[in-house]
Amino acid sequence: MKTFEKILLTNMERPEYTGSLADYEGTGGYKALKTVLGKTPPNDLIEMVKKSGLRGRGGAGFPTGVKWGFIPKDHPGPKYLCCNADESEPGTFKDRQLMERDPHQILEGIAISCYAIGAQTAYIYIRGEFRLAAKILERAIAEAYRAGHLGADIHGSGVTVNVSVHAGAGAYICGEETALLESLEGKRGKPRTKPPFPATHGLYQKPTVVNNVETLANVPHIVNRGADWFASIGVPPKSTGTRVFCLSGHVKRPGNYELPVNATFRDLIFELGGGMRSDKPLKAFIPGGASAPFLTPDHVDVQMDFESVAMAGSMSGSGGITVMEEGTSMVWAALRLMEFFYHESCGKCTPCREGSSWIVQILQRIMNKQGRPDDLRTLTEICENIGGRTVCAFGDAEIAPVQSTLKYWRNEYEALIEEAEALKGSRKEIPVLSLA
Amino acid sequence: MIFHKHQATVNDILSRYPVKRSAMLPLLNLAQKEEGYVSQAAIREIAGILDLTPPQVFETATFYTMLNLKPIGKFHVQVCRSLMCALVGADPLVDWLRKHLGIGLGQTTEDKMFTLSTVECLGSCGTGPMMQINDDYYERLTEDKVGRILKDLRETGDCSLKSGPFLVPERGEGVVSL
Repeated sequence: MKTFEKILLTNMERPEYTGSLADYEGTGGYKALKTVLGKTPPNDLIEMVKKSGLRGRGGAGFPTGVKWGFIPKDHPGPKYLCCNADESEPGTFKDRQLMERDPHQILEGIAISCYAIGAQTAYIYIRGEFRLAAKILERAIAEAYRAGHLGADIHGSGVTVNVSVHAGAGAYICGEETALLESLEGKRGKPRTKPPFPATHGLYQKPTVVNNVETLANVPHIVNRGADWFASIGVPPKSTGTRVFCLSGHVKRPGNYELPVNATFRDLIFELGGGMRSDKPLKAFIPGGASAPFLTPDHVDVQMDFESVAMAGSMSGSGGITVMEEGTSMVWAALRLMEFFYHESCGKCTPCREGSSWIVQILQRIMNKQGRPDDLRTLTEICENIGGRTVCAFGDAEIAPVQSTLKYWRNEYEALIEEAEALKGSRKEIPVLSLA
Repeated sequence: MIFHKHQATVNDILSRYPVKRSAMLPLLNLAQKEEGYVSQAAIREIAGILDLTPPQVFETATFYTMLNLKPIGKFHVQVCRSLMCALVGADPLVDWLRKHLGIGLGQTTEDKMFTLSTVECLGSCGTGPMMQINDDYYERLTEDKVGRILKDLRETGDCSLKSGPFLVPERGEGVVSL
């Protein structure tokens, strides 16, 4: 039997823990902040996070310390930190729990990170629907100000960090970092073309770091226990630490499970999640949120670190694992996800805006048994014309469900189209009005 | 004047940003909280506060799906229809609500109490099917539960079944054994 120590969920899973400032301080909270502020040179902190191997938990998995290192040190004006709490990737619900159950863990991470990059202002961009989480964060921020953990001259260190919550208003794309910045500037949330990158031209065109909630929550623990400790967990040196994996779909015990990244999908789905909810076997799973290509039962022994999932042909993404049992139509599943992407496309790039609508129309007619023999070729072509041809990663994400289901379950598409062909004779032809 | 009685809140919001326009979403959200939707009057007022033109505010507002640009019912029932909730029964729930409320999607009951919508992922995939009504989440829904929620809201304006701070599964230990 293997045992793993949790990092982020340890406190909140204790029945008596409320997430109040007193509770957090009682478990050693804000100790890391006091240890480093004004004492550890910011550059040492950046090096420490680099050495820990911490990678972004939002989806892209970019090394956090490297991102921080891109911030120009000699920049005279203000710099910003944005905490990305726009958690909207279907299948993902970890940040909500981290915010609602242990808000100070995130605030301490934000304060330390601000100090490391030289930012005095941080905004927590939270999706508008998370009203309760926003309220809890605001209450925690007020507590932290009163205790001197935030604000001007924190604990006499001369360091200033101001934090405020900024609620969105319903737009998946605002989780994309440059769209988040646009939205925070009070505009439509459309991604910017890169370069320039946010590290030099971010919020208000000033150097800016955007980090996910879970990423920032790890920072105090790295400070307290050292980069080597963090780097020893998981699959060093590339994928280190634990992740809070979100398990949903046809399993007995869905929920948030924190595991070292070298745990396998089998560990998550069949051990912690209790296996399938009924006697139907596993048919498919999505390994990293709606943007990740589907995988099959052949992949359950794959480790959940970034590299292993990529090797298996998908991505670890946001850590949201959705399980589907035998009997689930894969064409239907792809359509549901595609309808999501169609709804959420911001409309900036033509391939994504038009392509998502075309894909939805084709999948709908295939599901309605009105598919045409060349539909699969058209679908493949549309996907190829979206991937890599958009400003942000949304375009690559939206084709994942279609391409991966076509790869593994093409027969389901073909069967529906054959049915449509068979029905063709029995349908009344719509008369065409001739103007000649 | 919608913001007149909220002057302190407006000033507090404006103080958080070095650029006024950043107060756009907080003000739009505040306007909706006050009136139930974002009215043309609110848009003109926000434009005035932010030194923008009303079309600039309107243009921004139309991007965000949570902002209602027309009046809606007292309770906005928004059911998640994304794949993860659909796998565990979101569609039958929507059908049940349509029948029970006697309205279609995007419509409001005659007594102006409930507006029914489907929405995309609300970040509660482990506790589906689920819905959001105004500020509150309701999760792990069954027909019985939804019936009670609607009844409570209709009669008292509140319902104790709404979600508190999220933790799922409820109990764990600091150590995982596999």
